[in-house]
Amino acid sequence: MGTSVFYIVAALSVFFSLMVIFSKNPVHSVLYLIVTFFTFTVHYILLNAQFLAVVNFIVYMGAIMVLFLFVLMLLNLNKDNEPLKSPLVKILGIIAGCCLIVTLIGSLKATALSNPLLLQNPNLGLIKNLGKELFGPFMLPFELSSILLLTAMVGAVLLTKKEKV
Amino acid sequence: MDITFVLEKFILVAIIFGISLVIAMYSTYAERKVAAFLQDRLGPDRAGPAGMFQPLADGLKMFMKEEIIPTNSNKWLFMVGPGLAMLTACIGTAVIPWGSPIVFDGRIIPLQVTDINVGILYIFGVVSLGVYGVMIGGWASNNKYSLLSAIRAASQNISYEIAMGLSIIALLLVTGTMSLKEVVEQQHGWHWNVLYQPLGFIIFIVCSFAETNRAPFDLPECETELIGGYHTEYSSMKLGFYLFAEYINMFVSSAVMAALYFGGYNYPGMDWVLVHAGTVIAPLIGAGVFFAKIFAFIFFFMWVRWTIPRFRYDQLMHLGWKMLTPLAIANIIITGIVIALIEKF
Repeated sequence: MGTSVFYIVAALSVFFSLMVIFSKNPVHSVLYLIVTFFTFTVHYILLNAQFLAVVNFIVYMGAIMVLFLFVLMLLNLNKDNEPLKSPLVKILGIIAGCCLIVTLIGSLKATALSNPLLLQNPNLGLIKNLGKELFGPFMLPFELSSILLLTAMVGAVLLTKKEKV
Repeated sequence: MDITFVLEKFILVAIIFGISLVIAMYSTYAERKVAAFLQDRLGPDRAGPAGMFQPLADGLKMFMKEEIIPTNSNKWLFMVGPGLAMLTACIGTAVIPWGSPIVFDGRIIPLQVTDINVGILYIFGVVSLGVYGVMIGGWASNNKYSLLSAIRAASQNISYEIAMGLSIIALLLVTGTMSLKEVVEQQHGWHWNVLYQPLGFIIFIVCSFAETNRAPFDLPECETELIGGYHTEYSSMKLGFYLFAEYINMFVSSAVMAALYFGGYNYPGMDWVLVHAGTVIAPLIGAGVFFAKIFAFIFFFMWVRWTIPRFRYDQLMHLGWKMLTPLAIANIIITGIVIALIEKF
């Protein structure tokens, strides 16, 4: 049952992420992206990573996407006021896209060669075990990443502050 | 999975869903009665004895009204908006423990739909999704005032989510678990969390006023500035769903506050009752006590609404970012220090 659920949810994630790209209206794109993130949450639950699932739910679906939606609704982008792109930009886009495909195919080939990774502890995703890992062996990287986030926050506050003459 | 388990859960979900809808329905009546009481009026008293059938009349009116979908609106999203508001309001009840487990004929029946070990975070996630119904509805209406209101709602919810999350962290330091069932069980015998986390509770209740868009934080539907708010273009039952979702949200957040801070279904002398009333009646009495606490909170919500005037928008942001957030951080630090000292000595 687990694998069939996985394939259904995976197909949904691919479908909705394609809809993100193909929908004309930016607000619809963001809404499809939210649904895509929801399918990711289901993936995490299937992997028994409850904490990651709920954090993905809160942070990505509940906070970041709200901000995306917020900005897009304010900008009110329509097809009419979309700037015309020159052919040069389009050609550059095609080249960049092809490069991305080549890279993706290359990385997929590499994963096919390796054996699937087996978790030593299937309950690692539960909040207790994850906390012990993060505040035990991975203490330093965890704290450093929090400093990184703090730096970004201070930077954002500084950028919005008006210069005092 | 045996069939009785599925049946048990199904019945429980149906009961909880029914109860939350009925409570939300009668909250509209209670709101008008409380408002009347506070303003020295009578309130609705025509439909049935003391106006008891007023919610039914209101509901019928909502269903019977003409449904208008604006021509230039985004029709699909215009319909999704109220549905999403109702959905996010209702799914929060899944992790709340309504009573201690019933033991009947050797079978233990928990009065909780599911006890996931990240229950508190789940509630927090549902709360953070609540803004989508308002945002999508406001944007899809294709009306400037609706859009402004939706954006207000989004920024208000995001701002107060931060302080709310920080106040929950301080609570988690005290409880040491995220399962709501365990949090409620720990509060047995007057170990109510509000006694350990008074500041955290005040922050939490202020934030839940903001998250449910209730006065004094009802800026998303500020009539004097925004006509009707995000539901200006809505009519008929779609409008009804938005208004109804607010009352369900109020019910759910009252239940969460009662469970997290006010001992849930625990009450003084419950051990004596358990011995004398049996294992079926005693949990039901506990559930009754829990609902009494919820009603007290719902009354508090209404009391505040008819007492305090609405904030100005800059005051709202000032309170959220410059007062509640630092207070919540200070609360975490103090709680941490106290817990460390207690463990040491």
